[in-house]
Amino acid sequence: MYEWDFSVIPMNADLLIMGLYGTIKVFVSAFVIGFPSGLILALMRLSRFKIISIPIGLFIDFLRSTPALILLFWFFFAFPIIIGLMIQAFLAATLTLAIVAAAFYAEIFRAGINSIERGQWESASALGMTRLELLRRVILPQAIKRMIPAFLERTIELLKTTPLMAAVAYSDLLFQAMDIAQKTFRPLEVLTVVAGIYFMMIYPTSLGVRKLERKLAKSGESTVH
Amino acid sequence: MEFSYNWDFNSILFNWDVLAHGLLVTMQISAITLTAGLGFGFFLGLGRYSRLQIFRFPSNVFVELFRNVPALVVIIWFFFAFPIISPFEVDAFTAACLAISVNTAAFSADIYRAGIQSISPHQWEAGRALGMPYLTILRRIVFPQAIKRVIPPLTSRGIEAVKLSTLASVIAVNELLYSAKQLSAIHFNPIEAYTAVALIFFMIIYPLTRFSYFLERRLGHSD
Amino acid sequence: MSAILSIKEMKKSFGSLDVLKGIDLEVKESETIVILGASGSGKSTMLRCINFLEMPTSGEIHLNDELVGTVRGKGENTNITYRESDLCSLRTKVGMVFQQFNLFPHMTVLENVMEGQVTVLKRKKIDASNRAKEQLGKVNLLDKIDQYPSHLSGGQQQRVAIARALAMDPKVMLFDEVTSALDPELVGEVLQTIRSLRDEGMTMLLVTHELGFAYHVADRILFLHEGQILEQGTPQDILFHSKQARTKEFLKGHAAFSLPNPETD
Repeated sequence: MYEWDFSVIPMNADLLIMGLYGTIKVFVSAFVIGFPSGLILALMRLSRFKIISIPIGLFIDFLRSTPALILLFWFFFAFPIIIGLMIQAFLAATLTLAIVAAAFYAEIFRAGINSIERGQWESASALGMTRLELLRRVILPQAIKRMIPAFLERTIELLKTTPLMAAVAYSDLLFQAMDIAQKTFRPLEVLTVVAGIYFMMIYPTSLGVRKLERKLAKSGESTVH
Repeated sequence: MEFSYNWDFNSILFNWDVLAHGLLVTMQISAITLTAGLGFGFFLGLGRYSRLQIFRFPSNVFVELFRNVPALVVIIWFFFAFPIISPFEVDAFTAACLAISVNTAAFSADIYRAGIQSISPHQWEAGRALGMPYLTILRRIVFPQAIKRVIPPLTSRGIEAVKLSTLASVIAVNELLYSAKQLSAIHFNPIEAYTAVALIFFMIIYPLTRFSYFLERRLGHSD
Repeated sequence: MSAILSIKEMKKSFGSLDVLKGIDLEVKESETIVILGASGSGKSTMLRCINFLEMPTSGEIHLNDELVGTVRGKGENTNITYRESDLCSLRTKVGMVFQQFNLFPHMTVLENVMEGQVTVLKRKKIDASNRAKEQLGKVNLLDKIDQYPSHLSGGQQQRVAIARALAMDPKVMLFDEVTSALDPELVGEVLQTIRSLRDEGMTMLLVTHELGFAYHVADRILFLHEGQILEQGTPQDILFHSKQARTKEFLKGHAAFSLPNPETD
């Protein structure tokens, strides 16, 4: 029978907290960059000019159908050669997560904007608003509310993608855990506890989103499903 | 800054067999995890739908656990931690397959459950009124109707599982991404290697995605 | 003639709400009973309890003098438990038709009518198919056997549902407001089907709002009020010479029903 020994956890609590900080840092940075980029991508995707909308559409589809880890390796190993500069793991990680998140957010924005009835566009155009004004003052405020559950779901997905960063030796929670596990020869305890930490970060959020989804679904304001 | 880069796709073309082998392993992982994950997920979904607490409780715990712990963390756990308590040998390939399977099972369980729940209670009633037992109603009345509604989301889940297979490279399973990593280490051509692999995945997954949209429209209409 | 179906002290409550407060009823073979009552009087619940789509809270049901369920315990402490097999075998003998038809949308008309015969009664496919065609012929739908329910009118769907129930060779048929979901012009064809069933001697319990129809087909009418049978008797007794104020009030609310004229019928 295996003898469990969880004392390695408190002994290395500082490292785990550092890792958690790394995870949160990359998550927040990726969100801050990815969210507005998603909106910009969506607007370009919806552009009336095919020369913009088609390549952007393809770009979004490419990002959505390529595994994130490949993109991460590309940004970490290949991109520095192209630009001729070394880039840190943090930057590569943030860029990858942000760009993938942007592609997924873009699809949510697009679906949300498309869900607003044509009549809204027409009546606002009749008032003499420019296309951008119309989008900002009429369409987006209505669309945003419908998109909230999908956004939250995607943001949880972003959080769930952060451990990939350990693969390029960025010291996030997972990387620290693997490091501690190796040094202490206690992988079972360390990795189980860390899985538990991830669970406790993600599960309550998922529950909240599901609750919100049901609430919005009842009032018919969700575009998630 | 140096922008003029000499592309070297020859080293990729000459080593196509390395990538081909990687692709084969990727396909093996995908095939195993799809079969195991979608299959086991079906029973989990039934468990979650069950009226009996002894089925419902463990299914719920399993689903919530593996839906809410990142897949890579689970892979790492199965590779480094699980062997300590496992009664059988766990190599990297097995660990990756186990982890991706349980992830796929957890997500697909809810798809199945939602599919079953989407069938009107009147259909159950009509079956019961004919004297059909519970399992017969499930098999003859509910499943055939639910299948149309679960196929599109299951396809998306399957695509997700194929994408997850790349995570196996982290524990040195020589699937496609890992092959690229090895190639780039030998030939110093990370740009070409990772670009090639990204394109291969895109060419596999993009048509699948379009196909799942097609299914969604097609099956959605005939309802 | 002895009772084919007998119900004793049947009660049903949902939480603290008592929907049925003790129903006693003996149904004779070939008898047609119409159950009337305001909404909330428990008439649908009563039908649904008879084939255990709702579990009665207490009471006994005998079909052909056989108790439904399994008796457990001894002496004073006996109670009846219902296993799935008890209920399934009861339901093959008591057919039911619903307001919403509830056909199986993924099966053709013929397959709908064969389904119970094959999976429950274990009939051979060819026998089930012949029996199905026989029943579908009776409801005039032989030309629709390969159609899917979604291509049928409401009246046609309801006639398929009746054929589906009859193909199981039930001893008793329950009809739960089977014309309520139909467009007015489609009600007639369904009522006609039920009427010919009566002429063939089927034992039936019907919940309906079609008072004119009730007058013509019923051997006996029950008036349900607050979960109890307030009054029962021949259509003449209940519809024209009711002794209960509640019944009269209910009938007044349905004054729209055209007074049936026995001579022309």
